[in-house]
Amino acid sequence: MVIFRQEIRQQRLSLIIWSLSIGLLVAVCVLMYPDMKSEMDGVNDIFSSMGNFTAAFGMDQLNFGTLIGFYAVEGGNILGIGGAFFAAITGISALMKEERDRTAEFLMTHPVSRRRVITEKLVSTFTLIILLNAIVLACSWISVVMINEEIEWKEVLLIHLAFLILQFEIAGICFGISAFISRSGIGIGIGIAAVMYFINLVANISEDAKVLKYITAFGYTEGADIIHDHGLKMEYVIPGMVFMLIGIVAGYVKYSRKDIRA
Amino acid sequence: MNAIETDKLTKTYGSSRGITELELSVAKGDFFGFIGPNGAGKSTTIRTLLGLISPTSGSAKVLGCDIVSQKNEILGRVGYLPSEINFASGMKVKDVIKYSADLRHKNCREKSGVLCERLGIDTGKKVDDLSLGNRKKVGIVCAIQHEPELLILDEPTSGLDPLMQREFFDILTEQNKKGATIFFSSHILSEVQSHCNTAAFIRDGRIIVYDSVCKLEETGAKKVEVVGTFEGGDLKGISDLKNDGNSTSFLFKGDIRELLKTLADCKLQNVNITEPTLEEIFMNYYEA
Repeated sequence: MVIFRQEIRQQRLSLIIWSLSIGLLVAVCVLMYPDMKSEMDGVNDIFSSMGNFTAAFGMDQLNFGTLIGFYAVEGGNILGIGGAFFAAITGISALMKEERDRTAEFLMTHPVSRRRVITEKLVSTFTLIILLNAIVLACSWISVVMINEEIEWKEVLLIHLAFLILQFEIAGICFGISAFISRSGIGIGIGIAAVMYFINLVANISEDAKVLKYITAFGYTEGADIIHDHGLKMEYVIPGMVFMLIGIVAGYVKYSRKDIRA
Repeated sequence: MNAIETDKLTKTYGSSRGITELELSVAKGDFFGFIGPNGAGKSTTIRTLLGLISPTSGSAKVLGCDIVSQKNEILGRVGYLPSEINFASGMKVKDVIKYSADLRHKNCREKSGVLCERLGIDTGKKVDDLSLGNRKKVGIVCAIQHEPELLILDEPTSGLDPLMQREFFDILTEQNKKGATIFFSSHILSEVQSHCNTAAFIRDGRIIVYDSVCKLEETGAKKVEVVGTFEGGDLKGISDLKNDGNSTSFLFKGDIRELLKTLADCKLQNVNITEPTLEEIFMNYYEA
C-alpha cells in the first residue's frame, strides 16, 4: 500500500484539475439546456440534416430536444475525450515515469518485488480513474438538479459506466506500453486515445466501416445505442476488455524482468 | 561467509560490454573499495548485484542469497546509494526519508534524525530545490537509516564538500565498526587509500587487481615523461617504458637521486615528473 499511497498523493493535483475541468464543462452544458430547449425544435432539424457530420456524432439517432439526448451528445463527447486522455496519460506514465524521472533506482532497491510495484501502480491508476468519474458524475448530478429537469437516470448511469469502461481499456493498453518505454511516451498515449475516437467517427459515418467498432473503445460508448438498448453492446465491450487484459499482462511480463535504465 | 561473492558474472547490453566473467569476493565486515575509470563496469556490477538489471550469465550471492531468486531478501538487508540519486518531484525531504523507511516497513525515525543532524540536512525543504550534494546526503540517510548489514555506495563522495566527505566517512567507519560491510565504488584513489582495507580495480569489465590496500600503498611510483634523447633504459626501477620518437615515458619506482643523475646526463629539452594515474599505479604494481 505504500507505493499506492505515494502514487495517489503524487497524482492528486492532476486528478483534481482533470476532474473539475471535465465536470464543470459537462455541468455548463447541462445548465445551458433550459435556454436552448425552446429553440431545440429548430436545432434538431438543422443537426439532423447535416449528413455525415450528424452521423459522425450519432445525432441522427438522438433527440436533441430531450435532456438525455442532449446529454448523451454533449456530455458524452466531453467526458469521452477528456476521460480518455486522462486515462491514457495516467496509464502510460504509471511505470515509465520512474525511469524517466530517474527515480526507478531508488524505488527498486527497496525490498519490494517488481510484481508488487506493478500491482500497486495498476490499482492506483484504476483508482484515479474511478475517482475522476465519481467527481464528474457528481458535477453532472448537481447540474441536473439545479435546472430542475427530468432525466432518465438509468441511462445517464449507463453512459457514465460505458465511459468508465472505456477509460479502463485505454489505461490498460497504455499501462502495457508503459512497461516497454523508459522515456516520455505521453504522445503515444494521447495518440492512441485520439485515433480510437477518430476511428469511431469513421465507423459512424460509413456502414462499411462498422467493423471498426470492434477495435475502438468508443464503439460501446455511443449514447444513441445505450439509450436505445437500455444497455451496453457487449459485442463491443468484450473485445475492449480483452485488449485491456492483453495490455496489463504484457505490462507484468515485461516489467518484472526489465533492465532498469540508470 | 562472504558478503559478496560473484561467479563468472557477466552482463552485456546488446553487443556492448558491461562486465565480463567478473570474479569478486568481499569478506563480511570489510571496508572495500571498488576502483575503476568511468565506464569500466563499476555501476553495472553494482546494479546487477542489486537486481536492477539481470545478469546475462554467471551468478552471484549477496549475504548468502542468490541475486536473482532471493532479490527481495537481499534488498531488505542492504542499503544502497546510487551515483545519481533523484526523488519524485514535489516531495519534501522528510517525506522521502519516511517513504524509504515505509517501503522497508521499518520505523527509523530515531536513526534518521541523528543522521540528518550530522549531515546538516534541512528536512523541510522540497527535494526539487536540492543541489546534487544535498540530494546525495538525503540518499545517504535513506541508505543507512535502517542499519543494513551491507552498504553499497556508488561514487558516494561526488558532489559532497570536503567537510561533508569527512563526516560521511566517519559515519561509514562507525557502521563498519558495528559490523556492517562497506562496499563503495570510486575513481578517486586517495579516498580508497585512506579508508579501505581491501580494494579491487576494474577495467573494461574485468577485475585486474585485487588486494589489500596496505600492499597497494607500498607502490611509490612516479610517472616520468621526457623530451629529448633518453639513454637510461637500464636504470633500476623503470617499468612500462614507452618510446615515441623524441619523447619517452616510463614509470619509476626506486631511488629518486639515481633517476635525477641519469636524467642530468641525458640531452633533454623537457622533463615532467608526475603522480601516475590510478590505472598506471595498478598496472605498475602488478607488473613489478
